[in-house]
Amino acid sequence: MNIERRLVRKNSLEKLFEILKQNKKSVFAPVVKNGKASFKTVESFSTVAEDYIQTTQSSKELVFPRVEKFLDYEKNGKDVSVKGFDYQNVPDTVLWGVRPCDTIGFGALNSIFNWDYKDEIYNARLAKTTILSFSCNKSDEYCFCTSVGGNPGSTAGSDILFTKLGADGDYLAEVITEKGQAIVALAPGLFEKADTADKEKYLADVPVKFNQKEISERLEKFFKSEKWVEASLKCLGCGACAFVCPTCACFDIQDEEHGKTGSRMRCWDSCGYAQFTVHTSGHNPRSVQSQRWRQRIMHKFSYMPERLSVYGCTGCGRCSRACPADMNILEHLISIQEVKL
Amino acid sequence: MDELIKRAKELLEASAVKVVIGYEQGTGNKTRALFVEKPEDAGKLVFDSRCVQNLAAYVTKQEVKSKGKMAITATLPVMRSLVQLASEFQISDNNLVVIGITPDSKIIDFKNLEEVEAFVHQFQIEIDERNKEILEKLEKMTPSERWNFWIEELSPCIKCYACRAACPMCYCSRCTVDFNRPQWIPVQSTELGNLEWHFMRAMHLTGRCIDCDACANACPLALPINLLTKKMIVDAKANFGTYQPSLKGENVLSTFKPDDKENFIQ
Repeated sequence: MNIERRLVRKNSLEKLFEILKQNKKSVFAPVVKNGKASFKTVESFSTVAEDYIQTTQSSKELVFPRVEKFLDYEKNGKDVSVKGFDYQNVPDTVLWGVRPCDTIGFGALNSIFNWDYKDEIYNARLAKTTILSFSCNKSDEYCFCTSVGGNPGSTAGSDILFTKLGADGDYLAEVITEKGQAIVALAPGLFEKADTADKEKYLADVPVKFNQKEISERLEKFFKSEKWVEASLKCLGCGACAFVCPTCACFDIQDEEHGKTGSRMRCWDSCGYAQFTVHTSGHNPRSVQSQRWRQRIMHKFSYMPERLSVYGCTGCGRCSRACPADMNILEHLISIQEVKL
Repeated sequence: MDELIKRAKELLEASAVKVVIGYEQGTGNKTRALFVEKPEDAGKLVFDSRCVQNLAAYVTKQEVKSKGKMAITATLPVMRSLVQLASEFQISDNNLVVIGITPDSKIIDFKNLEEVEAFVHQFQIEIDERNKEILEKLEKMTPSERWNFWIEELSPCIKCYACRAACPMCYCSRCTVDFNRPQWIPVQSTELGNLEWHFMRAMHLTGRCIDCDACANACPLALPINLLTKKMIVDAKANFGTYQPSLKGENVLSTFKPDDKENFIQ
């Protein structure tokens, strides 16, 4: 469908929020605590953060929660009764205030969760989610969306994209999908006709820092390079980068048992952990951190484009901001581009 | 800083060490770890008040150790960590040279870890006033208020284990949480799973934690997880007196004396 352009007055956002709540939507929006913005299920518009560059964590938790319970079971003698995932109870959710570098990340997640096996739980959660994103009017030194195919006003992956027209201005609302239209239909009075609005001049300036295709091509010849060790010596081997990433989707299936009852769940996992690739025999094909760091970069910039035709990085910069050792992914990618092959 | 660069250069030129671990300018206003292997790269070293990451976390790391003998730029918390690590047989004078930086930013040379220990013992490990106040407030809460406080603070934890990775004392190649036969700690990051992880972490660090705050600084969500280890330090001090890392391993909870006044263990 064609993108419809509407004008939403700055004072109307709160009304829109209230109408969503009146229509029994769960709203997942950024909230600031301890100086950090994170997505939470919010009840009141006043708690929604407005002035932030990026949330610490991505919004992937909405469709790929850190713990997803698949089933509960109960043992009775030789019988086992199983209660599976309750698809009926997946909440109808509006993801509010998300940035274009997150919405574009849903494309990568869709490819991963529908690659060969269609992940029904992920798909059910996404089907119930409407994405109201907000363009970026500022950025920081960690942002590089424009180097990986995005931009601060990209509509990719959004149902409605809002762009603030000036510091104290109204919003341009670009209604992109039918899900977006359904939101407009709930509050038609708030979405006025827009005849103006060249949004470009209100967007953050994020300069292009490297050529993504060139990085992928170089990585094919770079696997055995000694540079990986040098680049990752300061990496501490935690999972912060993977867990804040909008496209990292690795998980581990865990059973939790309490006597005769228990449950099976999917928990986030990270290729940065030493234990991630340990075989039952005890052998670990990625025995040192440089191999794990290499896997992270190769997966996002070589394996995913090759297998899924999508990159595993949206340039949101979260991994670099979250890293306790200041492993800056942008810096690493630029250095890969500069290495003499 | 010039003196630090000079010292690093000398050590590398004389082949006394293979690598010098220090700090360099990082992204924005951050500093980060630097591993200098060539004398000509020593000029990248920086040192100022921003350099708070505990570099001792790197001396037990396989790929760093495999470089050969190391020198490390060591502030007081780093020195304390090194003494503790030496007492746990993770490092020795054979594989490490300590370039000390005193609390008033002076370079200090040490011949061996015993000298480092003697220096460290001149300073007491004291919980800062702000955190002391928070701990006192927590102490005054009822058990249910305290339970709610920790549920609220720790439920956002995503179990990325940055706290574990940044801590010099968490050097186990396989952590208790990574065992699944049997599984001791729930893997999932739920309210209970998070509480169990953080409480276990604090218990494993009691008597060993030197209060460097590396865990809290590493937390991407800025959770006040160091309150737990600080509380253990307060309690250990109150119950056992002195609290210092010691090369002889005479730190709290690592020793047992047959004439202990408590008889529960006999």
